[in-house]
Amino acid sequence: MTDLLVMICVSLVKTVGLLFLVTLPMVSYTVYAERRVSAMIQDRVGPNRVGIPLTLFGFKRDIPFFGLAQPIADAVKLLLKEDFTPAHVNKLYYWLAPALAMAPSVIAVAVIPFGSQIWGEPMVIANVDVGILWVFAVSSLGVYGIVLAGWSSNSKYPFMGCIRSSSQMISYELSLALSVVPIFLICRTLNLPNIVKYQIDHGWLISPIWLKGISFQHGIDFPALTASVFSAAAFWRFLLWIPLFISFVVFTISMFAETNRLPFDLPEAETELVGGYHTEYSSMKFALFFLGEYSAMIVGCSVIVTLFFGGWHVPLLLPSTMENPYSVWGVIVGLLHIVAFFLKVALLLFLFIWVRWTLPRFRYDQLMHLGWYFFFEIALANILVVAVILAFMPK
Amino acid sequence: MAYSVPRPKLTLSEKVYLPAVVAGLLITIKHFFDILLGKKKITMQYPEEKWDGDLPPHYRGAPTLVKDEHGRERCVACQLCEFICPPRAITIVPGEIPEESRWRKVEKYPESFEIDMIRCIYCGLCEEVCPEQAIFLRKDYAITGLSRAEMVHDKQKLYELGGVMTGLVYKWNEKK
Repeated sequence: MTDLLVMICVSLVKTVGLLFLVTLPMVSYTVYAERRVSAMIQDRVGPNRVGIPLTLFGFKRDIPFFGLAQPIADAVKLLLKEDFTPAHVNKLYYWLAPALAMAPSVIAVAVIPFGSQIWGEPMVIANVDVGILWVFAVSSLGVYGIVLAGWSSNSKYPFMGCIRSSSQMISYELSLALSVVPIFLICRTLNLPNIVKYQIDHGWLISPIWLKGISFQHGIDFPALTASVFSAAAFWRFLLWIPLFISFVVFTISMFAETNRLPFDLPEAETELVGGYHTEYSSMKFALFFLGEYSAMIVGCSVIVTLFFGGWHVPLLLPSTMENPYSVWGVIVGLLHIVAFFLKVALLLFLFIWVRWTLPRFRYDQLMHLGWYFFFEIALANILVVAVILAFMPK
Repeated sequence: MAYSVPRPKLTLSEKVYLPAVVAGLLITIKHFFDILLGKKKITMQYPEEKWDGDLPPHYRGAPTLVKDEHGRERCVACQLCEFICPPRAITIVPGEIPEESRWRKVEKYPESFEIDMIRCIYCGLCEEVCPEQAIFLRKDYAITGLSRAEMVHDKQKLYELGGVMTGLVYKWNEKK
C-alpha cells in the first residue's frame, strides 16, 4: 500500500515538474525565441524591452533584460482579454476544441525519457513498452482539436483550415510512423528508454561513425579507437547509417507537417485563411491553441532527440551510468542529463524556427504530392533496405 | 480560347527542392548571425539613440517664434501665417504698440500667438510666408502632451523653443 502511494507521489512530482517547470515555460520561451530569431533573420530586433518594470515602483528606468519578461506580459495580456464566444458557433464543440488541441501534446510527454535518473528514480513518467506508439497515437489526436475548432466555428476560413488539417494529417501520419520503423528493427524495442540505452551502447543513430575508446578516466585507447573507425563492424554501422539518415530526414519533415509548422502550416496560413482554424477564437482559448502547437513542437523535438540524438546521453563529457546514484555527484549528473536533453531539444526547436522563417508555404497539392508520392514510398523502401542490411549483417 | 500556362521544365535538383532549401537556410542563418553578433546594425533603439545630430539642414520640425539678438520679438502680427496655414493651426490676436513707445513705427505685436500642434502638418508655409522672418521650423519633432490643451503651444512656449535668430530683419530698419 505504501509502495503504491510512494509510486503515485513520485509520478505526480515528475509529471508536475516536467509539465509546469519545464514544458510550459519552454513553450512560452519558444514563442519568445521564435519572435527574436524571426526578427534577426529579417534584420529586425524583436521584443527586447519588457524586463523588470522598475518604473512601476517609482524608479527612473526599467531593466530591459533582453525582453525576457515578454512571455509573461503576453500571458497576462491573453488572460485579461475578453473571452468572446460568437453567437453563430456550436458552443459545446467550440469550447471543447482548445482543450482537445492542447491536451494530446501534453499527454504525449509522458513516455519520453528526459533524463537518466535522480535518486535512483528513472526520469520518465511512464516507462511503457509501447513507447513510441503512444506518442503517435496521442499526438495524432491533436488534429481533432483543430477539426472541431474549424467545424464548430461555423465560419468559412476556419472550416477550410480544418479540412486542410485533416487531409494533411492523413498524408503525413503514414510516413511519420513508417520512417521510424528502421529504428525499431535495429534496436528491437519500442520502449523509448531502451532505445536511448541502445544508443548509449552503440552510438547515436544519427552519427555515421561512433568513436570508442576515449574517456577521461582511462585516456585514449588507440586500438579501440581505430577499431571503431576501420573495422567490419564500423563498415556495417556506416551502411546502416545511410537509411537511418534518410529516415531522420523523412521523420523530421513529417514532424514539421504534424506540428503544422511552415512550410506545411496550411491549417493556419495567416495570409490565406486569416489564421485558419483559430480565427474565431480569442483570449485564453486562442492561447490554448498556441500552447498546444508549441508543446506539440517540443514533444516532436523530444521524440527526434530520443530516437536519433541519443536522448539525454552526452558522450565523453558526462558519465552515462553512476556507481552511486544516491550521492550528491550522482544527483548532479542526473540533473545535468536533464539539462543536456532539453538543450538538444532547444537546438532542434531552433531548427524548426529557422526553417519556418526561411521557406515559403507549400501549395496544397504540392503537400499531398510530397506526402503520398515521395515520403511514403521512401519510408517504405527504407524499411526494406534496413531489413536486408540487418539480414546480412553478421551478429 | 483556352490557354494553358507554360510550365517551366525543372531540372532534377530543382525538383527535389533540397538544394534550394539548403541555400535558403544558409541565407537566413547568415542574416541571423550578422544581426546577432552586431556585424550589421539597422534598427535604431529610439529613446536611447536618436538622430538629432544627423538631421538634415532642411529638416522641418516644430514651428517656433524667434527673437533677434537684442531680445526683441520679430513678429509684427501681420497674420499672414495664420491665413496661409493649411490646417488652420495658428491663431494670432494682434495688439497695438502704444503711441509713446519707442517702437511705435512697428505698429502691431502679437498679443497672443498659438499654434495647435495637433493640427500642424509641418508644411513650413508659415516660415515661407513670414515677411519678418519671425517664424521658423526648428528641429524638434517629439512634440508630446497628455491633453489637447497641452498640445497648443502659446507664445511663451514658442519663444522657448525658437530661441534667438540673428540675421536679416526688416521691421526694425529705420529706412523701411
